[in-house]
Amino acid sequence: MKAYFGRRYSLSASHRLHSDALTAEQNRAIYGKCNNPHGHGHNYVVEVLVGGPVAAETGMVVNLVDLDAVVRIEVIDRFDHTNLNLDPLFTSTVPTTENLCRVVFRLLKDKLHAIEDGDGGTRSAEADYKLEYVRVEETENNFFQCFDAGSDISIA
Amino acid sequence: MVFLTRRATFSASHYYWNEAWSEEKNRQVFGKCANRNGHGHNYTLEVTVAGEPDPVTGFVVDLKWLKDVIEEKVMAAWDHRHLNLEVPEFATTIPTSENIAIAAWKRMEPVIAGAGGARLDRVRVYETPEIFAEYRGEA
Repeated sequence: MKAYFGRRYSLSASHRLHSDALTAEQNRAIYGKCNNPHGHGHNYVVEVLVGGPVAAETGMVVNLVDLDAVVRIEVIDRFDHTNLNLDPLFTSTVPTTENLCRVVFRLLKDKLHAIEDGDGGTRSAEADYKLEYVRVEETENNFFQCFDAGSDISIA
Repeated sequence: MVFLTRRATFSASHYYWNEAWSEEKNRQVFGKCANRNGHGHNYTLEVTVAGEPDPVTGFVVDLKWLKDVIEEKVMAAWDHRHLNLEVPEFATTIPTSENIAIAAWKRMEPVIAGAGGARLDRVRVYETPEIFAEYRGEA
């Protein structure tokens, strides 16, 4: 039986919205305060939903310990208490929360199944799940959600 | 099509244990959740129904009716209970959030379908504000 498991994580980071493709005036007009030169920060909430069959022996879609490990390694350790603009993934992509959402989706998508246990097997009984969506809340009043990363987001 | 969600909260205890496994394996897979004395949560249940608003009342469903369905079918059986020990569907099924969402669906779906109006779209169960599971009636 297919079900979904969701988890919410917090991370704090700074960013500045600025596009090199625009003039200083255009950046100011489009991004407003978000274009202030030294950036500003948010307490982001990243919500991750995975879907798959409920394993009979565990009652789980995914063991949250495994999910937490992947999200911590791929997302939290990478972005928490950092300046997003300085991450290589945002050197040519404006770190709007739309783009952060897509980047997080891209980072997690290929990692969220078949967690290896070092013996060639998987640590979970539940390895059949996949990422359904990533939702990023920038503040309590605005949030973004994506169901795929889009073809222009590359983590290579 | 409009989606309408009603929230309800209940408090219950549970533990995770697979009788087919050794104690060691249960502890390895389920960690602290395998404590046989159980532990508890304040659960939040979100019940979403979908349908067209009635042309006369403007309702997808009468919220009071939906509240009563949740109360009678789920809350009365689960609130302030030990899920493993007192709730029949968890006598042999581990009461994970996933299975709780599925069980809540099975308790309510026939009543909602039988009313002939909106259909049950999804059931979401928050075990904590940061951990939740959802069931959409899929096989």
